[in-house]
Amino acid sequence: MDWIGLGIIVAKIVFFLLVGFTAAGYVMNLAERKISAFMQDRLGPNRVGFWGLLQPVADIIKLFFKEDVVTDRASKVIYFVAPMIIAFTALSALAVIPLTDVLTFFGRGMAIQIANLNVGILFIFAIASLGTYGAVLSGWAGNSKYSFLGGLRSSAQMISYEVSMGLSIIGILMIFESLRLNDIILGQSPLLWGFLPKWGIVVQPLAFIIFLTAAFAETNRVPFDLQEADAELVAGFHTEFSNSMKFGMFFMAEYINMFTSSAVIVILFFGGWQIPGISTAEIVSFFISLGASEFFASLFTILLQLGVTFAKIAFFMFLFVWVRWTIPRFRYDQLMNLGWKGLLPLAILNILATGLVMVII
Amino acid sequence: METMLFYFFAFVAVATALLVITRRNPIHSALWLVLCFFSLAAVYVLLSAHFIAIIQIMVYVGAIMVLVLFVIMLLNLSEKELGDAKPTVLKFCGVILSGIFMVLLADGVKVLAPQAAVSVDEKFGTAEMLGRLLFTDYLLPFEIASLLLLTAMIGAVVLAKKRR
Amino acid sequence: MVPLSHFLILSAALFIAGTIGVLTRRNALIVFMSIELMLNGVALSFLAFSRFLGSLDGHVFVFMVITVAAAEAAVGLAIIIAIFRLKGTINIDEINLMKG
Repeated sequence: MDWIGLGIIVAKIVFFLLVGFTAAGYVMNLAERKISAFMQDRLGPNRVGFWGLLQPVADIIKLFFKEDVVTDRASKVIYFVAPMIIAFTALSALAVIPLTDVLTFFGRGMAIQIANLNVGILFIFAIASLGTYGAVLSGWAGNSKYSFLGGLRSSAQMISYEVSMGLSIIGILMIFESLRLNDIILGQSPLLWGFLPKWGIVVQPLAFIIFLTAAFAETNRVPFDLQEADAELVAGFHTEFSNSMKFGMFFMAEYINMFTSSAVIVILFFGGWQIPGISTAEIVSFFISLGASEFFASLFTILLQLGVTFAKIAFFMFLFVWVRWTIPRFRYDQLMNLGWKGLLPLAILNILATGLVMVII
Repeated sequence: METMLFYFFAFVAVATALLVITRRNPIHSALWLVLCFFSLAAVYVLLSAHFIAIIQIMVYVGAIMVLVLFVIMLLNLSEKELGDAKPTVLKFCGVILSGIFMVLLADGVKVLAPQAAVSVDEKFGTAEMLGRLLFTDYLLPFEIASLLLLTAMIGAVVLAKKRR
Repeated sequence: MVPLSHFLILSAALFIAGTIGVLTRRNALIVFMSIELMLNGVALSFLAFSRFLGSLDGHVFVFMVITVAAAEAAVGLAIIIAIFRLKGTINIDEINLMKG
């Protein structure tokens, strides 16, 4: 392994951490409060900085200086490790997300993606399934009934919805014939009948609905936030993590998970970094025809694609917030019924239908 | 680089395996086992078994060990029930016997002629190649495995259900 | 590349750790986890041989091992729960109903 390659990887990791902490953590924290305020006809945070823009900074400073309360007879080590597991799983899922196509810089192919695995989508699922540990351990370690109930609820919910989530994407994998995220995106580039992009949502609409619902459940967002149903369980599995930086980690992890889910939805169903009908080579040659040198043409293309990806992801992040402040919470039995009796058979039906159509065509 | 990674993960795997069988509290055992499975998955990657490594994490870590943790927490064993009261003589015998077994196994490995690894192409161990094998040469075992899973599912429901 | 024998030694070590667990521990859950350790040790030697022979058949075996482990976990844990309900303990020395 050469040193430049290593340096590029480190730079990418730093970039993704920055995206995770700022775009997902900072911006979403503020955006959620501002949007909820707008929806409820309030002002929202508007004291710190211009238009309340520095509010998250103030919150972080507050969290850092709060006393770290540990509950009586808590299991200390696990209590300490559980928030880290949650933050670790949230961040490591970002490693395989491609934000742009591979472009050539100084004869070296580069994309804004840390690792282009041949099992990319499975990696995301594997990492997502680890999130259960964070929930169940933090619920258990605090030695409190509320948080334990929250942890059990949350992990049962995550396991149940992971099944339908995994089955819903099988149709996509059958059509694009790859587990590699870049291949899935590239498979979505042709136009159907000359105008309709062959995006996942066009060829697999049912899978999209199942996946979106399951994504809400996986990220523990309303209407499936049963594990922290404030009225019943105080704050669910992180009840006992008072307000120290450990709570900050849970908070951050939730938004980073939202970012990852949105990114996966965009990659699987909305063509990732693609602008419908225009290939990467065409964009590069367009910039070159405008008189840019090869290096700058690649640079502009990568920035453009980054912008496109972020715009698509931002829409779904907004959707998460929008739904949260619009739809009331499910009851636990309704949640389980929906997962096992609604989404799971639908997902299997979807696989069957996809297979039939593929055999016929 | 690869060699160093192998020895690192091998060390972690053995150390955590020993922790699994010596911890008193089953929850701690389960967590060390999770770490052990992780380092094993890393060793699998070094053997270019990418798909199996991911499956290992998904199934073992993501499903089986979560289930074990669930059961441990649901049983909520008290200090007394945890007790591993067992004559130390028997424990000693167990360790000695296992030690002898280990020596025998190591002896078997020593007899093995040193063999250079065959060079394998990029696709070795990907889902594509494994899938091709599973759906051609090993189709019958694959189908039987699905039956096994179905049986296990029914069995688990029947066993764990409360009697009325 | 690390020689084959080192992979096999690692696999043997894991297997032995599993057997020690099964022989010395009395808590059914820990015995269960030890069995998982043994299964993994075996899986590792399958993968090592598979890599060094350049054939994928070992991967299929590991695939089956993981399937069986999943089935075993479901049934085994259900049995442990049922026994705990019946006897109030999961100490395997006290589970001796079948002893004449």
